[in-house]
Amino acid sequence: MSVYTTVLGGERHRFGSLARLLAAASPERSGDRLAGLAARTARERVAARWALADVPLTDFLTQPLIPYEDDDVTRLILDTHQRAAFAPVASMTVGELREWLLSEAADTAALTALAPGLTPEMAAAVSKLMGNADLVAVARKVSVVTAFRSTIGLPGRLATRLQPNHPTDDPAGVAAALLDGLLLGSGDAVIGINPATDSPKAVRDLLELLDGVIGRYSIPTQSCVLCHVTTAVDLMAQDAPVDLVFQSIAGTQAANASFGVTLGLLDEAHEAALALGRGTVGRNVMYFETGQGSALSAGAHHGVDQQTVEARAYAVARRYDPLLVNTVVGFIGPEYLYDGRQILRAALEDHFCGKLLGLPMGLDICYTNHADADDDDIATMLTVLGVAGASFVICTPGGDDIMLNYQSASYHDALYLREVLGLRPAPEFEAWLGSVGLLDDRGGIREISGTAHPLTAIGRELAA
Amino acid sequence: MTEVSVPHDDLWPALRRRTQARIGLGRAGGALPTRHRLELQAAHAAARDAVHAPFAPDRVAAELPGMPTVRVRSAASDRFTYLQRPDLGRRLEAVDRAHLPVGDWDVVFVVADGLSSRAVHAHAAAMVRATAERLPGWNVAPVVLAEQARVALGDDVAAAMGATTVVVLVGERPGMSAADSLGAYLTHRPVPGVTTDADRNCLSNIRPPLGLDYETAAGKLAALMGRARELGRSGVGLKDEIDPEKGYEVRFSKPFGEKLPIPDPFDRTLDTTGFQAPEGDAGE
Repeated sequence: MSVYTTVLGGERHRFGSLARLLAAASPERSGDRLAGLAARTARERVAARWALADVPLTDFLTQPLIPYEDDDVTRLILDTHQRAAFAPVASMTVGELREWLLSEAADTAALTALAPGLTPEMAAAVSKLMGNADLVAVARKVSVVTAFRSTIGLPGRLATRLQPNHPTDDPAGVAAALLDGLLLGSGDAVIGINPATDSPKAVRDLLELLDGVIGRYSIPTQSCVLCHVTTAVDLMAQDAPVDLVFQSIAGTQAANASFGVTLGLLDEAHEAALALGRGTVGRNVMYFETGQGSALSAGAHHGVDQQTVEARAYAVARRYDPLLVNTVVGFIGPEYLYDGRQILRAALEDHFCGKLLGLPMGLDICYTNHADADDDDIATMLTVLGVAGASFVICTPGGDDIMLNYQSASYHDALYLREVLGLRPAPEFEAWLGSVGLLDDRGGIREISGTAHPLTAIGRELAA
Repeated sequence: MTEVSVPHDDLWPALRRRTQARIGLGRAGGALPTRHRLELQAAHAAARDAVHAPFAPDRVAAELPGMPTVRVRSAASDRFTYLQRPDLGRRLEAVDRAHLPVGDWDVVFVVADGLSSRAVHAHAAAMVRATAERLPGWNVAPVVLAEQARVALGDDVAAAMGATTVVVLVGERPGMSAADSLGAYLTHRPVPGVTTDADRNCLSNIRPPLGLDYETAAGKLAALMGRARELGRSGVGLKDEIDPEKGYEVRFSKPFGEKLPIPDPFDRTLDTTGFQAPEGDAGE
């Protein structure tokens, strides 16, 4: 195991391993302190970045942070690494990679070609040398396009996940929040519900509710009820209308085990969903959520900092060509990301690393009531991530999720973001919005008064 | 406030009866109308203030006449540390450990600020009194008032005092609709660092008049404590036991979503799939 040293301001700093070096170089966050991995001083943090800048990228191929024989995510990363794609940057250090990524040479085509040649650890390492502006500038050059019944990730587009959660999965309550979102132009990435229970019957009832609405109104989007992958496999075997298979994933084998998943289970689910052939414009059938801190909270981080572990989860995701991946960036609480500043930084890192590794990266920009953040932080993060080219964001009624008890972006926030940045919905969904009279003559979402729109039948029947 | 359209039809009021989600709010351009923006901020402000309100143990002690109290702090020195270091909030400050009276206690009540001092100030003393009244013959230790404390601090307290059972009354994480919800966690023979959440039984959302009232909560808690003492354990093991005398009384902490058998004279199975989980959590 290599030892990394550097001298800064006459002071000698020593880092006992690549994992220690990466952790010390990370921008400050509470989770790395909780894990005992954070730099002890601000000087040590910068010294670690000096040392990291000189690390050859090939070190990440020869020195796995978590041993190959102990961890199937490490094996996945190294076994699927594409040497030919890596070739253009193979002789670079981490510091040189940063400069190349920011240069004109790294255009959209070059970045697309590079993705399979980068490992999550390389992406995480270079992100630690990048400022927030760097993370925006490079991510917005990346293009990742996926499709099922709508196309996600095209230039100038921003999709939304409509999240109509209800604490008891009451169909009328769900339909009410769904209607509200559709009338505000949300739902082109997915209509996705976090169910109150994982019971197959409850999940199936919700799937049929969503499938009924999507079918009846010919909405070019996909549904997802975010149950465990094994529940989805069982439901698919019983011919339930499953569009996308969802799973929370993490960056180590042990953390995935804490979620009750293995790569084998995900393989099985992926094949089953592909076999259903329910997509119309594409065959991306998986939806993953991730988030910094999940591995530490499961005691499964192996001494690796939380941002690097998070990036490793993207290696799991990209194995399955997902339609959607999002980091649930502020949900985990202040012991991992303390305040709006730390949540913003994590959001930018996760989006950057996901995009660089070739994922259709979106975000759940959110906070809990014990974190030091508020609705202004949501607005700031949305704006910055919109500029960075986020594929989609999660939207809730009024920004308040009454099932998961946290605050996320609102349907209104998506209107704001599309307006100020000139972003449009997914093309198929945009055409549908036009066909049902929800687009105004500028291409924005027309205001509907309570009675005026035929879609209100969705709520009217159930409210009766 | 011109240019603001608020739906005036009866659809949204009808739908709002089926969900507390913030639906049909209308628009000011693309944004929320002023009133709804301020309503969201008001709910968040109540939650934030509850998280950061200082704990006033004197207030709780004054409402416990005739019951001795003792004050302790966790190893988290302030709110800033508490929120970032759950490990410290589970451990007693070393100096305070020495002040705890050791005895042959059957039960110790720990009043912990948790994530809402407001909940503790409003409900904790009444819950201690109502529960203690239902424990005739129990040797009840002085009530421990714990600052910057999480649930597992109770394990440390019980071990230091020699108490068999610990009941932690703790302020739960404030939600947008309730910032004063109290939780009660029962642990029998806890061992610091070994006991896990699976070894506890929990009552949530104690918050009269909107949530669980003191009499009901104390009755359930005392019944659980008695049953834990008989069985010699708490937690998952306890909630799966059927008490032929008390029937469903001791089974209330079954997780939602499972079938709940209710014994004679009812002799039926209750499907709890649609039950609503209480808002918030107290942090483990």
